[in-house]
Amino acid sequence: MPSQERFAKGPIALFECMQQIPCNPCADACPRGAITVKEINDCPSLNEELCNGCGVCMTHCPGLSIFVVDYTYGKDVALVKIPYEFSPLPEAKTVVDALNRQGQCIGTSEVIRVQTSPNKTNIIWLSVPRELAMEVRSIRLRKEEDHES
Amino acid sequence: MITTEILVIGAGPAGLMAAIHAAEAGAKVLLVERADRLGGQLIKQTHKFFGSKAEFAGERGMDIAEKLINQSSDISGITIWKNAVVLGIYPDGVVTISHEGAFCTARPKKIIIATGASEKTMAFPNNDLPGIYGAGAVQTLMNVHGVIPAKRILMIGAGNIGVIVAYQLLQAGVEVAGIVEAAPQVGGYRVHAAKLQRHGVPIYTSRTIQAAHGTSCLEGVTIAKLDENWQPVPGSEQYIPVDGLCLAVGLSPLTELLWQANCEMKFAAELGGYVPLRDANMKTTHEDIYVAGDVSGVEEASAAMVEGKLAGLYVASVLGHKKDSFTKEFQTAKSQLSALRSGPASVKICTGLSKVVLEEVG
Repeated sequence: MPSQERFAKGPIALFECMQQIPCNPCADACPRGAITVKEINDCPSLNEELCNGCGVCMTHCPGLSIFVVDYTYGKDVALVKIPYEFSPLPEAKTVVDALNRQGQCIGTSEVIRVQTSPNKTNIIWLSVPRELAMEVRSIRLRKEEDHES
Repeated sequence: MITTEILVIGAGPAGLMAAIHAAEAGAKVLLVERADRLGGQLIKQTHKFFGSKAEFAGERGMDIAEKLINQSSDISGITIWKNAVVLGIYPDGVVTISHEGAFCTARPKKIIIATGASEKTMAFPNNDLPGIYGAGAVQTLMNVHGVIPAKRILMIGAGNIGVIVAYQLLQAGVEVAGIVEAAPQVGGYRVHAAKLQRHGVPIYTSRTIQAAHGTSCLEGVTIAKLDENWQPVPGSEQYIPVDGLCLAVGLSPLTELLWQANCEMKFAAELGGYVPLRDANMKTTHEDIYVAGDVSGVEEASAAMVEGKLAGLYVASVLGHKKDSFTKEFQTAKSQLSALRSGPASVKICTGLSKVVLEEVG
């Protein structure tokens, strides 16, 4: 987990990849050489100074286990980037339900940007309350009636 | 009678790699596939693969299938037969094949068997109700034909196949009522399970299915808790209404041809059942028969592809087709395979392999 000081400098990738499995595409994907997977069964290690939170690794991770958090995004809100492989994609500027790691709805979030990827792992940029930045890891699109209420 | 240097049986990840690498070395290959298309189970895998770049990690299984199929079609040394079922391997080396319904005979110098594995099933009351599928059938319906198998489905088995197919069901818009796993923990990769959990799919560990219910089709299932001796706990029954049930409870190697050809077989539960004894070059106890992929022990597709490459390169070299780069390529593939199997996730596989891999001879 990056330090407060590192978070204060800007966006950074978080690896929720805690099990030793044979996998290393993230290391090959990083354009800045910030990710190291020494032996193929090792968990990735990140050079926090080299990482700029670009999120390229997120589209390559087969486990969809990489997220980017940026606490410098706003005063009361943080930016959370999540990988997303569902259809339809949310639209920018819409409000979605914010889900935690257990799939529970813990609030709402505004979609800032939708980055589509040719390999179909798309990246959704979410604006979330700062205190939820380490909790929000998924979204649920709201139906029409949710918008009206 | 068709003559060929190498007959490869099965055009899944292992068979395609075997055919490609043998033909690239200069061997004449006949690649026979039972189905009407090549690629085996790869074509249904919409998720990105693990492993390293050499095994196409980060690419989706279906895209890897396309690459291998195109590669195999571009090499002139490979003859491809679809709708071709191998019927028998005879002591005089003759192989009988039903190709497009016609009976054919072939006499290959060497055979690489890459027939894969078949799904295991489970015995419980009403397990024949419409709406109850194996995970492979669910993938075929969804990912090959674009048909959803049910509106609300329960998955049995939290190994990698169970968690991956459950995620694919979510992507197809099917409600996944949960995953039931008899073991106290998830067997599949934790990142796969996490993808489901953050979409709210419950994982019921230490639980088993007791019965399916319904009159003309599936309407619901009863699951129950298991105690530490894997016995159902009385009173723990829970009814889950679903119109679909997907069984992902393991695979068994498809070894009929190996038995028939008198290859020495051994039971290794860690590898899914009976598998052929073989050496590190994938050669069985039969002088002319080699294996690759799940038929030699159920494992990940990445390992199957490397085994196919090893078998293809080696068999071609035995027949005198040895590229200058043979030693280097062969050793690289071997170290690739041992790297894949070096982690804690492969302990079970390695235990199984230690029972069936023979010392290298000569």
